[in-house]
Amino acid sequence: MYDVAIIGAGVTGSAIARELSRYQANICVIDREEDVCGGTSKANSAIIHAGFDAAPGSLKARLNVRGNQMMDALAKELDIPFLRNGSLVTCTKDQDRSGLEALLEKGKKNGVPDLRILERGELLTLEPNLGDDVVCALYAPTGGIVCPFHMTMAFAENACVNGVSFFLNTKVTSIRKEDAGYAIETTHTDTGAAETFRAKAVVNAAGVYADTLNNMVSSRKIHITARKGEYCLLDKDAGTHVSHTIFQLPSKMGKGVLVTPTVHGNLLVGPTAVDVENKEAVNTTQDGLDTLSRTASLSVKNLPMRQVITSFAGLRAHEDGDDFVIGEAPDAKGFINAAGIESPGLSSAPAIGETVAELVRGLLSLSEKPDFVAERRGILRPETLSMEERNRLIRENPAYGNIICRCEMITEGEILDAIHRPLGARSLDGVKRRTRAGMGRCQAGFCSPRTMEILEREVPMRIYDITKNGVGSNIVVGVNKEL
Amino acid sequence: MSTRELTCIGCPLGCAVTVTLENGTVTGVAGNTCPRGDAYARKEVTNPTRIVTSTVRVKGGAVPMTNVKTASDIPKDKIFDCVNALRDVVVTAPVNIGDVILPDAAGTGVAIVAARNVPVSSEMRQL
Amino acid sequence: MKQYDLVIVGGGPAGLAAAVSAKDSGIDSILIIERDKELGGILNQCIHNGFGLHTFKEELTGPEYASRFISQAAERGIAYKLNTMVMDISPEKKVTAMNREDGMFEIEAKAVILAMGCRERSRGALNIPGYRPAGIYSAGTAQRLVNMEGYMPGREVVILGSGDIGLIMARRMTLEGAKVKVVAELMPYSGGLKRNIVQCLDDFDIPLKLSHTVVDIEGKERVEAVTIAEVGCDRRPIPGTEERYTCDTLLLSCGLIPENELSKSAGVSINPVTSGPVVNDSLETNISGIFACGNVLHVHDLVDYVSQEAAAAGKNAAAYIKNGAPAETKTVEIHPVDGVRYTVPKYIRPAEMDDHLTVRFRVGEVYKNRCIAVYFDDTLISRRKRPVMAPGEMEQVILSKAKLSEFPDLGKITIRIEEGE
Repeated sequence: MYDVAIIGAGVTGSAIARELSRYQANICVIDREEDVCGGTSKANSAIIHAGFDAAPGSLKARLNVRGNQMMDALAKELDIPFLRNGSLVTCTKDQDRSGLEALLEKGKKNGVPDLRILERGELLTLEPNLGDDVVCALYAPTGGIVCPFHMTMAFAENACVNGVSFFLNTKVTSIRKEDAGYAIETTHTDTGAAETFRAKAVVNAAGVYADTLNNMVSSRKIHITARKGEYCLLDKDAGTHVSHTIFQLPSKMGKGVLVTPTVHGNLLVGPTAVDVENKEAVNTTQDGLDTLSRTASLSVKNLPMRQVITSFAGLRAHEDGDDFVIGEAPDAKGFINAAGIESPGLSSAPAIGETVAELVRGLLSLSEKPDFVAERRGILRPETLSMEERNRLIRENPAYGNIICRCEMITEGEILDAIHRPLGARSLDGVKRRTRAGMGRCQAGFCSPRTMEILEREVPMRIYDITKNGVGSNIVVGVNKEL
Repeated sequence: MSTRELTCIGCPLGCAVTVTLENGTVTGVAGNTCPRGDAYARKEVTNPTRIVTSTVRVKGGAVPMTNVKTASDIPKDKIFDCVNALRDVVVTAPVNIGDVILPDAAGTGVAIVAARNVPVSSEMRQL
Repeated sequence: MKQYDLVIVGGGPAGLAAAVSAKDSGIDSILIIERDKELGGILNQCIHNGFGLHTFKEELTGPEYASRFISQAAERGIAYKLNTMVMDISPEKKVTAMNREDGMFEIEAKAVILAMGCRERSRGALNIPGYRPAGIYSAGTAQRLVNMEGYMPGREVVILGSGDIGLIMARRMTLEGAKVKVVAELMPYSGGLKRNIVQCLDDFDIPLKLSHTVVDIEGKERVEAVTIAEVGCDRRPIPGTEERYTCDTLLLSCGLIPENELSKSAGVSINPVTSGPVVNDSLETNISGIFACGNVLHVHDLVDYVSQEAAAAGKNAAAYIKNGAPAETKTVEIHPVDGVRYTVPKYIRPAEMDDHLTVRFRVGEVYKNRCIAVYFDDTLISRRKRPVMAPGEMEQVILSKAKLSEFPDLGKITIRIEEGE
């Protein structure tokens, strides 16, 4: 019997798990994917929003601003790549400037510091590539960018080190109330084996499926719509085209798309926003990709869209009430929702973790763990070292002298670390998200056979069992002449 | 009388060549722009041949595979037989270019030879 | 810091031929740096035959062609380091490299030859919409898996792009037991050799659909189906022409891109048309003493031409090492116009060049019965009839030093495709 079962190993579930791991409790995290960060958390804008966008008084506003404030300390403690690059919401000559002023007022009410409106002259010194029609912009210096994979993995790894058990490839099929808590029925996505988890409290952090889970135990139904957002990621050569995150003032034409550098030095353009029926529809569309380049050019000129290295789509969990749904379901004691976590969900994750953990602590009267390890070190990046330090490292472990991914210059040492650390990588995407091997301009054309060799040797696993990202996504299907 | 439509491979022009046959004998070649096209077309309809290349597994080698080829061209309709004859072939390192892998590829009388050097794996050498 | 007269970055066909030529031109202190575990480069995975007709007058497989040059390098005792990655090249020709044994180390070179080759255009760069499951490979990745590791990446295959690697892989996958359902090509013509279309597709009844592209990829975990559609003159899909193919694999053979990240770090100017360095008649870049050859310079059709070009680069680098940089001299630019997309080299120094200089280029579309014309300023110098020219094949003209010397005030050279005899 677990004290707490968290369903969902995205950034929300992982942040909650990490915060709860401060306490003496038996905790598990259950996720259907083969890795943490397998759903909404892996495909978003990678932004730590300043917090001026959400309606004052909403959970989104409060948790966003709080989450943003927590990021500096958290990034240091958990070794997460994070940069406060500042954000701009651009207003073009055809748009109503009052919209920008309204945003400024909302931001002030939400407690966002240092907001101000800049005119074109000053803007151009900050961002020379702003579109010719941009006349002014709301500047939020506290806006930032983060690596969502590393953020989620940092939470999850730290939770794991502090005793939380992770059950991946484990799909929840039903939840029912029992006398002492809840029984969670699951199926293993690979073997099909059924397993029942029992827990005193359940945290529902199941992304686009959080409504399904809630509605299994509560008559206070919630309804989540999957809202697709498509993105294009550009080569690092284009990574300095802008240095701030450039939003567009929403207009009757839509919410606009953002153009932002990433913490790894690429340029990201997106997202579109289209509600979809199918909660698995993470496909990109011709319309979506066309829309992106057309719309982005309104705020940023000369976007080198020829330098796109990949495009992808994510699904945001939009709840009908247009706010996060956080707290105990009123008619299901011990069932705590962290649902409807759409933008600014990534930015709010640290604060959601804090809030939900506090709730659960109160509910179960948990006491603090004396040996909680707050610090987590990320995968060592040799490129951050001096040549002398690097050579010392290579002498100790020659794998750090062996480049596997030549686009991103990732060494075998980093890949070994990704495989052998807590919740280590077991797939090509698992390695990619942890190390960036395969995330560069050739998109794993060269390094995937070599990464497969390393996974085969180190996990160890059969080459046939190596997948791109979990059950069914196998890379090779047989040997020559066998078919 | 029958006709066969071919694309000449003699040069990038890729002439569409029509060959007329009577009882298996070529009676006419049309559409080619040079004598090479004529010669190609006549051979291609009467005795088409190909060099076949493939791979075989190597035991104890520095790499897991070597590649092989037919020592000369073989009848086109023997391509699959030739590849199938290699299905279960495993050779032991070292492999040198020219080593005979199969003396007679699928009854064609043509040998299959190694087309890549594979030295013995250094780990093996240490043993 | 280690010192070499000549550092060659890349041990494929270009690097090997350059090394052999530099050695034969009297340079002893040469180091080839290769990132893979063996010399030979991408030839090692090209197991089909047809290499070397020009160079060796016989048809070799890729590994056989490579081994000839590897032997030549070995006979000359040319030093090389395997499993070694060049991390940086400075404009002063300091080469920083790394491997497991030596760690990170620096080499001072008098001259550097760039011979890093090219990579394949990825799915992302093609902006193909759809899901992102397993089962989408560049043709070269699939080639490596099948030919070098012995693993089959799929059973039922659709191929986008009819470049030679795509065509070759259609045959390879078929011979190893897979079913290749269709090859789709965006352009109205194939970028591959006629011989490959006949022997890799027609021989196995694999349909080639010109003016078609992939408009959707289905399957969340592994590819389940691919939809292709016809494209119009604007290369955009025509609604209503979609055809769906169930398959588990999509191979992409949609062009090669020279790998010039290191060149850029050295300050080398890149030609946006070739994505390779801008070079003069010595195949020297704008950075004195840094030369380029092979597919890093511009993507070649035949490896024989790579070897020829690399031999020239090796010889020129040797002269540079022995004589130092030549004095400033008059430079003439070659202007590619009217169907000629680019030329390599781009600049000629009439005083420095060899007696005969091969200028290579590609054309922008398929031309039948046209001429390649060379002008010195407005004077027609030569005109050569070509029955057919296609973007997939390199063309060349040869410039003569003697002829150039007749034009002391030459402003520019123009190479163009013209009508007529």
